[in-house]
Amino acid sequence: MIPLSWYLALAAALFCIGFYGVLSRKNAVAILMGIELMLNAVNINLVAFWRYLSPENINGQAFAVVVFAVAAAEVAVGLALVISIYRRRKTVSAGEIDLMKW
Amino acid sequence: MTGLQAVFLLAAATILFSAYMVVTRNNLIHAALFLVLGLFGVAVLFVLLEAGFLAVIQILVYIGAIAILMIFAVMLTRGDVENLPSPNNANSGWIALLSVLFFSSLVLLISSWPEFNAVRPYIDPTRDTVVELGVALVSPEAFVIPFEVASVLLLAAMIGAIMIARPQKKDKS
Repeated sequence: MIPLSWYLALAAALFCIGFYGVLSRKNAVAILMGIELMLNAVNINLVAFWRYLSPENINGQAFAVVVFAVAAAEVAVGLALVISIYRRRKTVSAGEIDLMKW
Repeated sequence: MTGLQAVFLLAAATILFSAYMVVTRNNLIHAALFLVLGLFGVAVLFVLLEAGFLAVIQILVYIGAIAILMIFAVMLTRGDVENLPSPNNANSGWIALLSVLFFSSLVLLISSWPEFNAVRPYIDPTRDTVVELGVALVSPEAFVIPFEVASVLLLAAMIGAIMIARPQKKDKS
């Protein structure tokens, strides 16, 4: 049998790798990929908690479905912003998108 | 080691390796393809957790839509970033240290929790969790409000994405 701890440790590791990606990448699309990794870690945790701690009600899976919807919305708007910025400034490097920096 | 544990370890190794490749590859197309591999590993984990519907949704929404959208965005924004010597910024060493510290403190914190090594309770194999999930998402006692809010959010995001990414006339000059 697989104990709950394996899932939690894997999700923590995945979240930290995604965190590293979000903070260290230069390309804005790669930053969005890091966010996807973090959201997947959260989903693994939600489903594992559902299965191990409260399988009698379905709440964990319902939360995971909402996370899916939010991830799809986030990536659609994020990539639209990236494409719009690329069209105006010919760059997607997060270091060069500094119009609002002072 | 049982067969399930072997499958879990294989999926976990795949996920962590592809996640590492996603955050370190210089070529973003390769990073996006490794993201697809990692998302597939997460779908395998959902099957192991007996959430088959979520595994199907994972493949449909994440791999079929989000990852493909990422690949399209990479292709539409081929810039000078890929020719740089490093895809990561100057602080990546400190950020790696911070991530490792964050991971160790998370594991330390959750390992002191009494349910940390909880074993999986038995569920009736004839029970249909897909029907339960569907009923819960539309029943007024459960999740109909979050479900409708998520629908409105998706619609707003779709309209917003079209409005943001639409070329404007002054750009054409």
